[in-house]
Amino acid sequence: MELHMEYYLVISTIMLFAGIYGFITRRNLLAVLISIELILNSVDINFAVFNRYLFPEQLEGFFFTLFAIGVSACETAVAIAIIINIYRNIRNIQVKNLNELKEETTDKAIGNERI
Amino acid sequence: MVYANFLLMKEEISLVTVIVILLIYDIFGSPKSLKYFQPTACILVGIHILLNIWPSPDVTAFGGMYHSTAMGGVMKSILSIGTLLVFMQANNWLSSERAIIRRGEFYMITLATLLGMYFMISAGNFLMFFIGLETASIPMATLAAFDKYKQKSAEAGAKYILTAVFASGLSLYGISLIYGTTGTLYFEDIPAGLNSSPLQMMAFVFFFVGLGFKLSLVPFHQWTPDVYEGAPTSVTAYLSVISKGSAAFVLMVILYKVFAPLVNEWQAILYWVIIASITLANIFAIRQQNLKRFFAYSSISQAGYIMLGVISGTAMGMTGLVYYVLVYMLSNLAAFGVIAVVEHRSGKITIDDYNGLYTTNPRLSFVMMIALFSLAGIPPFAGFFSKFFIFAAAAQQGYYVLVFIALLNTIISLYYYLRVVKAMFINKNEQPIARFNSDNYSRASLVVCSAGILLAGILSIVYESIGMFSFGM
Repeated sequence: MELHMEYYLVISTIMLFAGIYGFITRRNLLAVLISIELILNSVDINFAVFNRYLFPEQLEGFFFTLFAIGVSACETAVAIAIIINIYRNIRNIQVKNLNELKEETTDKAIGNERI
Repeated sequence: MVYANFLLMKEEISLVTVIVILLIYDIFGSPKSLKYFQPTACILVGIHILLNIWPSPDVTAFGGMYHSTAMGGVMKSILSIGTLLVFMQANNWLSSERAIIRRGEFYMITLATLLGMYFMISAGNFLMFFIGLETASIPMATLAAFDKYKQKSAEAGAKYILTAVFASGLSLYGISLIYGTTGTLYFEDIPAGLNSSPLQMMAFVFFFVGLGFKLSLVPFHQWTPDVYEGAPTSVTAYLSVISKGSAAFVLMVILYKVFAPLVNEWQAILYWVIIASITLANIFAIRQQNLKRFFAYSSISQAGYIMLGVISGTAMGMTGLVYYVLVYMLSNLAAFGVIAVVEHRSGKITIDDYNGLYTTNPRLSFVMMIALFSLAGIPPFAGFFSKFFIFAAAAQQGYYVLVFIALLNTIISLYYYLRVVKAMFINKNEQPIARFNSDNYSRASLVVCSAGILLAGILSIVYESIGMFSFGM
């Protein structure tokens, strides 16, 4: 017996929206980064599943997955380097402390600390 | 595998050569010889531009992965010229004590992003497009965070990379759905599989986010003012012109070639995106005091105008878009050149600081004035002609209401562009920015930009020679 394709797609969709939700609500830069990784991984699942079930005669989807994994590793590396640089400058990585750049008229937004 | 395929990628190979030469020079050059790093970089990029100035005919290599058109070649030349101008303006900042140790990195990272844009422009497959997009946007974040000891710069870098990766993740999700419904990633084969089913519509909207982010069109524009303000001025100039120009061109090519069967749907989406971009950005720009933030909003509304060339879907729209990018590049780089020089000499960046600049630095004020006039679209400067052509292309397809709204917005934009001109020429100031002489590189780049602004519109050969290579849907 074989699993249907829909099961995989449901999982990848849940991962995508969990990632979007996390990106919007998390207050810690690393948690935001993890949410983004969820999005990128859901894409990898999608490509692999489409390739395996719908177009098994060629390998385009698998190759795209390989490249996407490599590129997302680069992105994480650069993002973490920048986050470390922020830590050196202001000694923490809470999103609410990234308030140097903003509209001059807006008030300081105060967010809850989570994670 | 035919290795001769590599020789077809002329522009990319010559750019890689430039990067490798600069890398070796930076690593092995003695401290004394590194004094000549800046002129060497400029000369090498100049040679690279001259070698590729005449666009080669259409080329397809690697089984369709790489597809270069003559129009893409024109666009690549324009982007390289812009990069050269940015290099000339960056010298001031890079020779300062803090940045000089990392000077070589700036050139290499910038050229690496340019290489990514080249690949993006001549992609024939979504995999190639994706790799190009990421090669262009990941190093850009490191450029934004280049001033390591400034909190603003680090913050700009973080904001850029997080939103960039988020946008490209959504874009990838869209591409995966397109792959799932059509079974291919090649631009050539996808149109046959598109039938505007709801899933494909969703896929297209997701895909649009990625390039909309790079272009900073309105629903995806939130990062723009912050990153533009925090990044070093030369990086802001690069970001606002080169990155945006390449994204506009690629979006147009993909919409024309890949999403041609969905033309009604994407035109409807673009219609509202254009109105929102132009109008909202203009309203926000009025309130800005910081010049870099001001130009961020100005660039968002300019991106809306650029999209007017895309929505028409004709060869004329394509010519208009490339010409608009060229003119916008010259005008914006002239403005940013002045901002960079003034910031370097006096550290001042708000509009009020520019009060009375004319009394002390008349020539800089004059360059800034013609740049702003060109951005606002006042004849006889080139900006007028670029707006004219792009409006004509959209009106030809019957978008009269859209063109009318865009016209109204040029009047609003005139108000805030003139605010800067008024500050420089009319407002009195007890202590204006002191008189100074700018260095030769900045001066040369400003002269090139001003000459371009004055001549690109009047000499019809510029528009006509771009028009020779354009194609419609």
